[in-house]
Amino acid sequence: MDVITIEGTEYKVVAERPKSLTDTPFTYCPGCNHGTTHKIIAEVIDELGIQHRCIGIASVGCSVFSYEFFDFDFISVPHGRALAVATGAKRMRPDSVLMTYQGDGDLAAIGTAETIHACNRGERVTCIFVNNAIYGMTGGQMAPTTLLGMKTTTSPLGRDAKRIGWPMKMSEMLAPLQGAAYIARVSMHDAKHILKAKAAIKKAFRAQLEDKGFSMVEVLSNCNVNWHMTPQEGVKFIEEQMTKNFPLGVYKDVWQEEAAKQTAKEEG
Amino acid sequence: MPMIEILDDACKGCLLCVPACPHELIHNTKAKLNKRGLYPVEYVDPDGKCTGCRLCAIVCPDAAIRVYKEVKKKSA
Amino acid sequence: MSDERVFMKGNHAACEGAYRAGCKAYFGYPITPQNEVTEYMSAHIWEHGGTFIQSESEVAAINMIMGASATGARAMTSSSSPGISLKQEGLSYIAMMELPMVVMNVVRCGPGLGNIAPHQGDYFQTTKGGGHGDYRLITLAPNSVQEMAQFIYDAFILADKWRNPAMVLTDGTIGQMMEPVDYASMPWMDPPDKSEWQLDEFQEGRERHVLTSIWLDPVDMAVAHEKLIDKYERLKKEEVRYDEYLTEDAEVLVVAIGSPSRVTHSAIRILRQEGLKVGLFRPITVWPFPYDAIRKYADSKRVKAILVPEMNWGQMIEDVKLAVLDKKPVHFVAKHGGLTFTPEDLTEPIRAILKNPEEPNTLWHVS
Ligand SMILES: Cc1ncc(C[n+]2csc(CCOP(=O)(O)OP(=O)(O)O)c2C)c(N)n1
Ligand code: SF4
Ligand code: SF4
Ligand code: SF4
Ligand SMILES: [Mg+2]
Repeated sequence: MDVITIEGTEYKVVAERPKSLTDTPFTYCPGCNHGTTHKIIAEVIDELGIQHRCIGIASVGCSVFSYEFFDFDFISVPHGRALAVATGAKRMRPDSVLMTYQGDGDLAAIGTAETIHACNRGERVTCIFVNNAIYGMTGGQMAPTTLLGMKTTTSPLGRDAKRIGWPMKMSEMLAPLQGAAYIARVSMHDAKHILKAKAAIKKAFRAQLEDKGFSMVEVLSNCNVNWHMTPQEGVKFIEEQMTKNFPLGVYKDVWQEEAAKQTAKEEG
Repeated sequence: MPMIEILDDACKGCLLCVPACPHELIHNTKAKLNKRGLYPVEYVDPDGKCTGCRLCAIVCPDAAIRVYKEVKKKSA
Repeated sequence: MSDERVFMKGNHAACEGAYRAGCKAYFGYPITPQNEVTEYMSAHIWEHGGTFIQSESEVAAINMIMGASATGARAMTSSSSPGISLKQEGLSYIAMMELPMVVMNVVRCGPGLGNIAPHQGDYFQTTKGGGHGDYRLITLAPNSVQEMAQFIYDAFILADKWRNPAMVLTDGTIGQMMEPVDYASMPWMDPPDKSEWQLDEFQEGRERHVLTSIWLDPVDMAVAHEKLIDKYERLKKEEVRYDEYLTEDAEVLVVAIGSPSRVTHSAIRILRQEGLKVGLFRPITVWPFPYDAIRKYADSKRVKAILVPEMNWGQMIEDVKLAVLDKKPVHFVAKHGGLTFTPEDLTEPIRAILKNPEEPNTLWHVS
């Protein structure tokens, strides 16, 4: 940590903009958790000391310019295809650290096939999945993860399960696949949960670094602008509504499974 | 004494940090506009209540808060 | 005869050409009539230090290739028509990001599912861009097993030289047939150095590399476009390739690619025995198309007419007409549905043309 001197007293800086971010300010709306998520990812990358090995895959959504904010090599790819691109890059450069950053439209609608198969192949890549239950970039249309009854510009009367089905639970869907090493759902609604999210993201990168398999962290995130809320109401909505539909927790933990197998072996 | 600094031009005035501070040290004063034309929040701590707990910085989506803690001098 | 001479299938030879060019990644999805490529790659690319994935779709395959080539590796995919349609999305991004890679299209009959017989209905989607936006694929059209190997090899060189995706446009007949191939002209090679722009794990101490295809400001987008336009213009000047057979004295010039160009050879031999002066002009690069070379024949007093045989409803003929500019009649012979030409399909119309050379454009329809 940096140390600075203010009026003769030495201070260490215990929180500041992480090194793995560029100086370019985020262009997200005020209060948008895309920023929070970027920040904790960068902190994890700093802590793991892997900044200069990272290759980022920017998907299509509000985070399409994420490559402006992360300070390492990046490629911007077609809507939904991030995990296929990551697959090709990782296979050619196994020593690099691959991260995709995707929204719910990108990962759970147009990119569903790429997502499931990258996970099933156990690609050694880390996917950060920002679930804000809406299409932010295109102006607030319904996403596969939109909650029942939620009004969006394409579900003006509220999402109706009879017509369009239920919110997609990607973490629950992917966790049973054998290629998955670490799958967790976290939330951005308060400091405690943000710290938990950061720990989960660190584990996800560790799964890749330790060659365990595919890792994904689903981040429940606000889109206060398209939810027509203030940022504070937005995080409250995550806490009260989103987490009910999308339970937080670790859905797959390869280390725990390995430990359980080991114990079973020892006992058996 | 721990303290924080709001980076005025990075702050978007989202106010997420305001309820995050247990000591209510961050305020929406609307006293000045920043380069973006937004009102940055203000840190007001005349009694030195800040504990450097970082909660405000953790919730800030724009990394607009820096938290400082004194370097403890090793006692002789 | 060189030691490197082997008898093999076109689709297999293409893979051997790729290995010799240093191709280290093949990602593809099965579709007839190109399955031999996917199968051969799955069995042999490992021997050359490469990687194979049978992807979940052609969409995934092209995007995997995007990732591989972004890291500087030589990478290829292949498919047949319906699969190439799916790859066009990725190719559009790849072209804008100027990523070198190779894709082979072993064309089958369309539209829709069509059938698995050889066809040439993908000329447009290959030479005119195919996906969204303005872009071009450097496209080579082989007509033998030898050229299947050679053109894949050349496509890798051209792709890297120009930082542009390159396509090998072939058809089921050439992909499936067996002929001897001599690999002496394809020495084993490594890709050129791409450390200036590739994404890798050696970023310490250098500027970071960003590959993107989005510029929200139209002025910036126009600048990005201009870079491509300039490249395409230089490509048109420097990389046009074609092959000619008995064209020096030809009164009827046949312009053909792929398996119809082979049938044209047979037709020409028959007609020459009758004393009829017929020659074949075979574009090798269908993009950039050899407009100027064909125009010379259109300008020549000797040439009476031009004939274009295609296994489709008339696609390359549009480029031939652009070259000829109404200076000479341009006739068309079509085979479609997956049917293939016989020499008689060509000899008959050519005899008729020579009997009545003043006849304006006629559409000869054979099926
Ligand atoms: C092929 C294609 N279809 C549609 C779009 C338009 N589009 C851009 S972003 C987007 C949705 C993004 O939503 P999400 O992935 O949830 O990201 P968010 O903006 O919410 O972070 C869509 C449909 C596109 N760019 N490409
Ligand atoms: S539209 Fe929504 S997701 Fe996009 S930047 Fe704004 S708040 Fe964030
Ligand atoms: S560090 Fe803690 S006490 Fe200090 S201002 Fe921030 S939240 Fe308040
Ligand atoms: S959380 Fe950050 S951006 Fe939002 S008001 Fe506080 S300092 Fe400003
Ligand atoms: Mg979204």
